[in-house]
Amino acid sequence: MEQSILDLLQGFGVALQPHNLMWSFVGVLIGNLIGVLPGMGALSAISMLLPLTYTMHAVPAILMLAGIFYGSQYGGAIGAILLNLPCHPPHAVTCLDGYPLTRKGKGGTALGVTMIASFFAASVGIIVMIFASPLLVKIAFKFGPPEIFAIMLLGLLAGGTMSRGSALKGVAMTIFGLLLGGVGTDVNSGVMRFTFGSPDLSDGIELVALALGFYGVTEFLRNVNRIDKVGDDTKLRMRDMRPTWAELKQSFWPMVRGTTVGTLFGAMPGTGPTITTFIAYALERRIAKDPERFGQGALEGVASPEAASHSKTQVDFIPTMSLGIPGDAVMALILGALLIHGIQPGPQLITEHEDLFWGLIASFWIGNVLLVLLNVPMIGVWVKLLRVPYRYLFPAALFFIAVGVYSTNNSLFQVGEVVVFGLIGALLVALDFPVSPILLGYVLGPMVEENFRRAMLLSRGSLSIFVDRPIALGFLIVGALLVVLQVVFALRASSTRRRVAKQTRLATPEIATATDD
Amino acid sequence: MRRLLEGISKDTLAGGLMLLVGLGAALQGMSYSMGTLAAPGPGLFPAALGVLLMPIGIAIALFGKRAGSQASGAQQQRERPRAEWRGWFCIVASIVAFIVIGNHGGLVPASFAVAFIAALGDRDNRLIDALVLGVAMTIVAVVVFWWLLQLQFPLFQWG
Repeated sequence: MEQSILDLLQGFGVALQPHNLMWSFVGVLIGNLIGVLPGMGALSAISMLLPLTYTMHAVPAILMLAGIFYGSQYGGAIGAILLNLPCHPPHAVTCLDGYPLTRKGKGGTALGVTMIASFFAASVGIIVMIFASPLLVKIAFKFGPPEIFAIMLLGLLAGGTMSRGSALKGVAMTIFGLLLGGVGTDVNSGVMRFTFGSPDLSDGIELVALALGFYGVTEFLRNVNRIDKVGDDTKLRMRDMRPTWAELKQSFWPMVRGTTVGTLFGAMPGTGPTITTFIAYALERRIAKDPERFGQGALEGVASPEAASHSKTQVDFIPTMSLGIPGDAVMALILGALLIHGIQPGPQLITEHEDLFWGLIASFWIGNVLLVLLNVPMIGVWVKLLRVPYRYLFPAALFFIAVGVYSTNNSLFQVGEVVVFGLIGALLVALDFPVSPILLGYVLGPMVEENFRRAMLLSRGSLSIFVDRPIALGFLIVGALLVVLQVVFALRASSTRRRVAKQTRLATPEIATATDD
Repeated sequence: MRRLLEGISKDTLAGGLMLLVGLGAALQGMSYSMGTLAAPGPGLFPAALGVLLMPIGIAIALFGKRAGSQASGAQQQRERPRAEWRGWFCIVASIVAFIVIGNHGGLVPASFAVAFIAALGDRDNRLIDALVLGVAMTIVAVVVFWWLLQLQFPLFQWG
C-alpha cells in the first residue's frame, strides 16, 4: 500500500511534466468538444484522433486518448440534459430526468450536480484503481495461456450477452468480430486468411477504418435527413449551475450508491457502461419513497447514473490495462492503441511500464480537475455548438473520417474499408444487431486464437487443460453461469414482455444511434 | 421484392444472414490447413467459429420470430422509417469519390468532393451551401492536415 502511494507520487511527476500535461489537456478539450456533438461519442472521437498519436511517444499518446475518453463522457451529459439527446448511450438514462429538469428551468442545477457527481465518482474509482491494481498483478503472475484464454472467453461472453437487445444476436456479433480479427496473415504459419487474393488485406483490417465505419458512417446513413436541427434556444447562465444546499443533500446518497454500482461493475470485464447506468437508475427508483417523481425531473435520477458511469469508466481501466480484457468497445479501442504503441497489456504492464501506468492514473485526477475548470465557463459555448445544423455537421465529419483513415497508413484502400463497414453496419443495425461486440471480438480475436493455440501446444492437444487449472476453470464456470442466467432471464422476460415493452417505449426517447452496448 | 421482404420477419433475415456468414467462414476456413488439436493449423480457429455461428443463426431465426410477433404494430411502423436513397447514395458516393479523385487528382479536389457530395445528400442543402462546405473543408485539409500535420498526400497530381 505504501508502495502504491509512492508509485502514485511518481506518477504525478510523470503526468505533470509540461509536455504530458499539455497532451492530457488537449485530449480533454477535444473529447469534451466532440462529446457535445450529436452522434459523436467517445468511440468516434478516439478512433478519429488515434492516427494523430502514431508519431507521439507512448505515454503522452495514452494520456491524450484517456483525456478524450472522459472528456467526451462529460460532454455527452451536457447534450442529454439540455437537449434530450443521448449522444453517448450511457446518457440515455440521464435524459429521463435531466431534460424534465431543464424544462422546469433547473437545467443548470442538473449540470452542476452532474459535474459534482462525476468528479466524486471518478475520484473514488481512481482510489479503487490504485489499491486494486497491485493486487491484480499478484494474481496475474499465475496467468498462463489457458487462464488468459478462459478470461477472454468470459469477457467475450459478457460483452456479447449483456449488450442491449437479444443476447443471441450479441453472441453472433462477437463471433463475427472474431472472424474479422482473423483476416490477414496468420502469425504462426504465414497463411493468408480471408484476404480474397487482395494484398491490401494481408496486414488485416484496419482498426480505425472498422470503428469509423461502424460508428461514423453507419450513424450518418441512419440519421441523414432525419435529424434537421440539433439544438434549440436554451438559455443558461453560470450562476444557475450552483445547486442549493438542500439539493446537494438530496443528491448525496444517490451519488454514493451510483458510485458503488459503477465500481462493482467496473471490475467485471465485459459489462458496458450503459447497463451500469440503467441499474443505478433502477436501484434509485426502487428505494425512493415516492417513485412517481422519477421521470418528472428528480435530481436523484441524474446524480446516481452519472456517478455510476464515471466510476465505471475509471475502474474499467483495471481489467483493460492489467489483464488485457476491455470492458466495452471504447476500452477495446484504447487496448488497440496500446498495442499500436508496442505495449502489451497484461499482468506485466504495471511492472514493465510503470511510468505509463501510474502516470495514467495521476492524469485521471488532473484530467478531472481540468474538466471541471473547463466546463464551468464553457457551458454557453457548448449550447451554441449544439445548434450547428446536422446538414453541415455530417458532410464535415465525413471529410474528417476520410482524411483520418487515410492518414493512418497513407492508404486509400483503407478509406474504402470504411464505406464497406459503414454499409455492413447499417444493415446489421437495421436487423437489430448490436455492433459494439464486433469491435470487442475484432480486438480480442487474434489474442484469443493465439492463447488457445499456445494452450493446446502446452497440453499436447488435450482440452482438459482448461478444467485442470483452477483459475481457468473458475472463469469458465462464471462464463457458464452467465449463459444460464441469460437463458433464465430470457424465459422470464418473454412472459412479462408485453408489460416491459410498454414501459420501455415510454421511457427511452432517443435518436437513432448505433453505439449501443 | 418488397412484398416478399415484408412477409419475412426481421429476425428470420438476421438469422439467415448469420447462417450464411457462418457457412462461408467454415468452408473458407476448412480450405486452410486444419492441423490437429495438439498442433492447431491456421484453419482450425476460423472454421470452428463458422461452425459455431451457424446454429446461433438458426436460433436467432427460430426464437426471434416469436418475440417479434409480440411487438405491437405501432412500434413496427416506427422502426420502419422512409428510405433515404438520396442521402444514402451521396454518403457512399462521397467517400468513393474521395478515393478515386484522391488517387488521380490529389488532396485538394478529393477534400472538396467528399464534403460537397455528402452535403448534397441532405435535402435542405442548396448548391451554394454544399460549395461553401466543400471549400471550407478543403482549406482545413490544406492548413491542418497537409501543412500542420504533414500528411503525406500530394495537393495535386495527375494520372
